[in-house]
Amino acid sequence: MAKKLMKGSEAIGEAAIQAGCKLFFGYPITPQNEIPEYMSRRLPQVGGTFVQAESEVAASNMLYGAAGSGERVMTSSSSPGISLMQEAVSYMAGSELPVVIVNIMRAGPGLGGILPSQADYAQATKGGGHGDYKVLVLAPWSVQEAADLVQDAFDLADYYRNPVFVLGDGLVGQMMEPVSFREGRTPCKELPKKDWAATGHDGSRPRAIINSLFLDPEELERHNRKLEAKYKVMVRDEVRFSTLGAEGECDVLIVAYGTVARVCSTAMEELAEKGFRVSMVRPISLFPFPFQAVREAAERAKAVLVVELSTGQMIEDVRMALEGCRPIHFHSRVGGMLVSPEEVIAKVGEIAAGAEVPHV
Amino acid sequence: MSETVVFQRPESLLPVITHYCPGCTHGVIHRLVAEVVDELEVRERTVAIAPVGCAVLAYNYFNTDCHEASHGRAPAVATGIKRARPDLIVFTYQGDGDLASIGMAEVVHCANRGEKVTVVFVNNAIYGMTGGQMAPTTMPGQVATTCPLGRDVELAGYPIRIAELISTLRTPAFVARAAVHTPLHAVRAKDILRRAFTYQVQGTCFTLVEILSTCPTNWGMPPVEATHWLEQNMMPYYPLGVFKTPEGEGRAPRPLGE
Repeated sequence: MAKKLMKGSEAIGEAAIQAGCKLFFGYPITPQNEIPEYMSRRLPQVGGTFVQAESEVAASNMLYGAAGSGERVMTSSSSPGISLMQEAVSYMAGSELPVVIVNIMRAGPGLGGILPSQADYAQATKGGGHGDYKVLVLAPWSVQEAADLVQDAFDLADYYRNPVFVLGDGLVGQMMEPVSFREGRTPCKELPKKDWAATGHDGSRPRAIINSLFLDPEELERHNRKLEAKYKVMVRDEVRFSTLGAEGECDVLIVAYGTVARVCSTAMEELAEKGFRVSMVRPISLFPFPFQAVREAAERAKAVLVVELSTGQMIEDVRMALEGCRPIHFHSRVGGMLVSPEEVIAKVGEIAAGAEVPHV
Repeated sequence: MSETVVFQRPESLLPVITHYCPGCTHGVIHRLVAEVVDELEVRERTVAIAPVGCAVLAYNYFNTDCHEASHGRAPAVATGIKRARPDLIVFTYQGDGDLASIGMAEVVHCANRGEKVTVVFVNNAIYGMTGGQMAPTTMPGQVATTCPLGRDVELAGYPIRIAELISTLRTPAFVARAAVHTPLHAVRAKDILRRAFTYQVQGTCFTLVEILSTCPTNWGMPPVEATHWLEQNMMPYYPLGVFKTPEGEGRAPRPLGE
């Protein structure tokens, strides 16, 4: 299919429709309004339904109801709105419902600001809502990858019967790039029949009850263990990352995701010209995190540099991956400020010159 | 000798023992809803939504597919189901804490969008499952565990009349209030429920039936006394009747200064 110049938010919406998304429930919040606006235009054209809810709380509970009917459903929001959705996310994880949620992250805490951020990494990857659950988290670094990951997210959600987050930032949402949609794409997972959906009970199957309440602790423990086993399969099968830059031994390994990784890749070109040997591991799945890939790449480097638009969230997973085997440096901008290639170049220069890791 | 069955359990109600307290009218309301679903022959395409509150386990009692909602969100969940599958008959079953407190926004906007669903709102003027705390519908002066001296309207305001509140919305709807504490009231309540579900089956409008209910356990009185308390205290404040029908005219705004 020919490439089209599209804004990230609209590409996300179109990708969802191409993936068979039939219902979208949303509430306005900057900087992702182009997604619900696009869906409100496009969904009726394909026989779908768009509802502007009264709040993110309601939108996410509409999602819960619609997902329980077995349709492909989606919502999008930005950080403060995602916080409001965490109640329903926990229920959907507990009830094992397939939904896709896009978070175009903005700076926090509180109302924060409306400019790009990666400050919701911990919320997305470590749970977010109450209870013991995990959601798959995918982080695109380009408009094309955002479109591809949204389509995969629907397959992964159906396969695992689990919420899947696409975690972007304001840059991915707002920038325009050429994008193409895979026509007649085959799903990235084998899609199971949705025989669990609550669509009316005529006695031909057991009653469908969409539920996360288990008052008997033995029963709830069995349910928790079942979820745990599912999350272990995700950790085994769904790790995604890409690598870039120097092969073999190098001076510095950069670990960054999303559009920050894109900035780092620009810096790496100039660093290579200057004679620095720099490589990068870019996690695409944030849960599951590519622990092994980061560890192996780190072992070929003298030091590691983590770059994030937060005061240090993914760095905790990098520390876990490295178990102290290499010094870990950190560079970040927060509050909606962006990392520049010059900052990354300077930082790598300092590390290569033997800079100490500051105490944390 | 031939036998004629004149009374039996509705098919939409499972043959199980409920967890409701003696004297509580949840059981009666469950039965009336189930009878209506049976009589309209929609059981096989009905999805019930259980709330958080005393009826949290309603999915164990209604013989239909079910959703469990989080506290107060049942009308949002109903919206999601009905928009995904307009052919389904969708009803929520909610108490006063669930609907009139934490879920106020959801029920108002569900009604205002005119979602073609049915809300069965059980008002017993107290939080039952959590042990008798003050509800938005608790009567002035009524003692609850979080207003041990009785509801002080200076601090907590007056009880919210949900049927009246929802009926102020311009969007066409069927809104009524009934009671079930006597056989005659129960017969009338069933009539109201049948009208509500019929409007949904016909795809006409949003429907809400508020039903006054007793809570002997948390009111701290025997069941018979509880029915008297309901009549003497709740019914004057929460009048029974039909507040809004889809055929009724909208409320035109009056000019300023009139």
